[in-house]
Amino acid sequence: MSTTTLEAVTRGRVRRGRRRRAVLTVLTVAVAAVFAVSLMFGQTYYPPDDVLRVILGETVPGASFTVGDLRLPRAVLALVTGVCFGLGGVTFQTMLRNPLASPDIIGISSAASAAAAFAIIVLSLDETGVSVFAIVAALGIAMVIYLLSFKDGVAGTRLVLIGIGIAAMLNSATSYVLNQAGQWDLQAATRWLNGSLNGSTWDETVPVLLALVVFGPVLLARARDLTMLQLGDDTAAALGTRLERTRLVSIVAAVGLIAFATSATGPIAFVAFLAGPIAARLVGPGGSLLVPSALAGSLLVLVADFLGQFAFGTRFPVGVVTGALGAPYLIFLLVRTNRAGGSL
Amino acid sequence: MTSNHTPAASGATAGAHTPAASGATAGTHTPAASGGTAGTHTLSVEKLTVGYADRTVIESLDLLVPPGRITAIVGANACGKSTLLRSMSRLLTPRAGHVLLDGREVHRMPAKELARTLGLLPQSPIAPEGITVADLVGRGRNPHQRLLSRWSAADDRAVAAALDATHTADLAERSVDELSGGQRQRVWIAMALAQQTDVLLLDEPTTFLDVSHQVEVLDLLTDLNANHGTTIVMVLHDLNMAARYADHLIALADGGLHAAGDPAAVLTEDCVRAVFGLDSQVITDPVSGRPLMLPIGRHHVRTPAGA
Repeated sequence: MSTTTLEAVTRGRVRRGRRRRAVLTVLTVAVAAVFAVSLMFGQTYYPPDDVLRVILGETVPGASFTVGDLRLPRAVLALVTGVCFGLGGVTFQTMLRNPLASPDIIGISSAASAAAAFAIIVLSLDETGVSVFAIVAALGIAMVIYLLSFKDGVAGTRLVLIGIGIAAMLNSATSYVLNQAGQWDLQAATRWLNGSLNGSTWDETVPVLLALVVFGPVLLARARDLTMLQLGDDTAAALGTRLERTRLVSIVAAVGLIAFATSATGPIAFVAFLAGPIAARLVGPGGSLLVPSALAGSLLVLVADFLGQFAFGTRFPVGVVTGALGAPYLIFLLVRTNRAGGSL
Repeated sequence: MTSNHTPAASGATAGAHTPAASGATAGTHTPAASGGTAGTHTLSVEKLTVGYADRTVIESLDLLVPPGRITAIVGANACGKSTLLRSMSRLLTPRAGHVLLDGREVHRMPAKELARTLGLLPQSPIAPEGITVADLVGRGRNPHQRLLSRWSAADDRAVAAALDATHTADLAERSVDELSGGQRQRVWIAMALAQQTDVLLLDEPTTFLDVSHQVEVLDLLTDLNANHGTTIVMVLHDLNMAARYADHLIALADGGLHAAGDPAAVLTEDCVRAVFGLDSQVITDPVSGRPLMLPIGRHHVRTPAGA
């Protein structure tokens, strides 16, 4: 081996590592900044030290209610659901080697959403019950989609198409539940069809936070195995990856994150779908996309919610804003694959 | 020589390849990784039966891969060549029988431990979009890395050595998407080399390559075998390339072993007729001294002189 090659290899690796760290730092700072801004700004402005005192538990007239009870749970829920959607989405996209195979496209978010709507409106369950109901339904639907698309192995395209069909069925089930219960008001409808953070409380935030604490590390421990799956099943296995175990653990953890987040906020449109590709564009190819997409997801939700609340004349729920961002990208992906001559 | 079930008998193939003499620890392999053990691993198949869903592809097959040598597997389409290779590297679980590496059952070994000794380059590996050559080759280090271990200097050395060996060092920073077919195949082989296994299985490594790139890849594998004593097993479509480059030739027919041994003994007119259903003439290749098969079709056959 020549020393010049060794030097070049080391140099290239160090440079790519540096870029990755730089991007992660910028994303983290951006998330923290938007989080801080969404605590300070709103109908009334509270300076940073007021916000800080509220967070530290002091009572500040006015700020304690507005920041402590309204803005903080909402911002934390935005941050945490963004992380959950980002992680869950990129896990599916990486595992199935297809950007369209995101849980919000292939019906898994729809399953969690329909189940949560049913559990709240028809069964009147509490937060924990709703979350459990949603995760069971989402896992069940994930299994159904997997089995329906299984024919000599699972082909990404078949799974995506079957998932889109299932998602459509589940979305109409959600509409039906909302209609039957006679609760077809705008608030409920937007939450369960598009996702919304309106009226967030700690009761909704805590279960999602717990889900992230449980499933997040499980997924992060599989980060390297997931990047190996990008090489195709045979190559990944030949390089010592345990395919079935990696898939099973990743699916359960990703569905868990998606289901808990969805049962709290509804399926915030396209966040799971967008976070991975945005992260990939930013950090470049090669490494694991889990952490970058978690950051990209939370940034998306925080920014979209802030814009939805204050950028327009009326208040839009966060899902409407992310939907407006995601739809053009979906069209772009479809056009590009169509030009490349592939079916998907 | 139909149904020679004692492949070990062919061990002493003469010729230019004497890998044992070349010292297994030199060059790209770090001493710790190979420790002079290359060329001593035994890989064998006992009464192997494998298949997909409702179809049995290979039935009760016995094989012995000669250690430290180049073995080529040939046979007609859908005769089970790739299936055999896939089950030897535990991508397929056998219905019956065993695959044994150094006497241990491959399908029961820990995945990463197996992947440090036995490598496989599948027929159509997938490169993640936009990945650089250096990163892709680096993926070959996976079996040597633990959950939380950081990238080590040994990993860098293995990647650099693999790039040098495959003459892809100048492509290191390029995106794999931009490469030509021949370059891409060399990069995939570099990834398999970075894995630093003493046994390397390759599924049709020369398919889709033009003739100069085919020769380049096969020369590269021969170098690897000669310099490190790496045991190489490859499925090849081209009978003549297989006969030229292999020390040991295995002909499969209908999911079973038809013949195995020295190419000169295996590649005969009878064998080609039995395995491919094709009439042929086998002559001695004036370049290599190995057998050369000339197919006889329905057209373009000269009337024999004097007939």
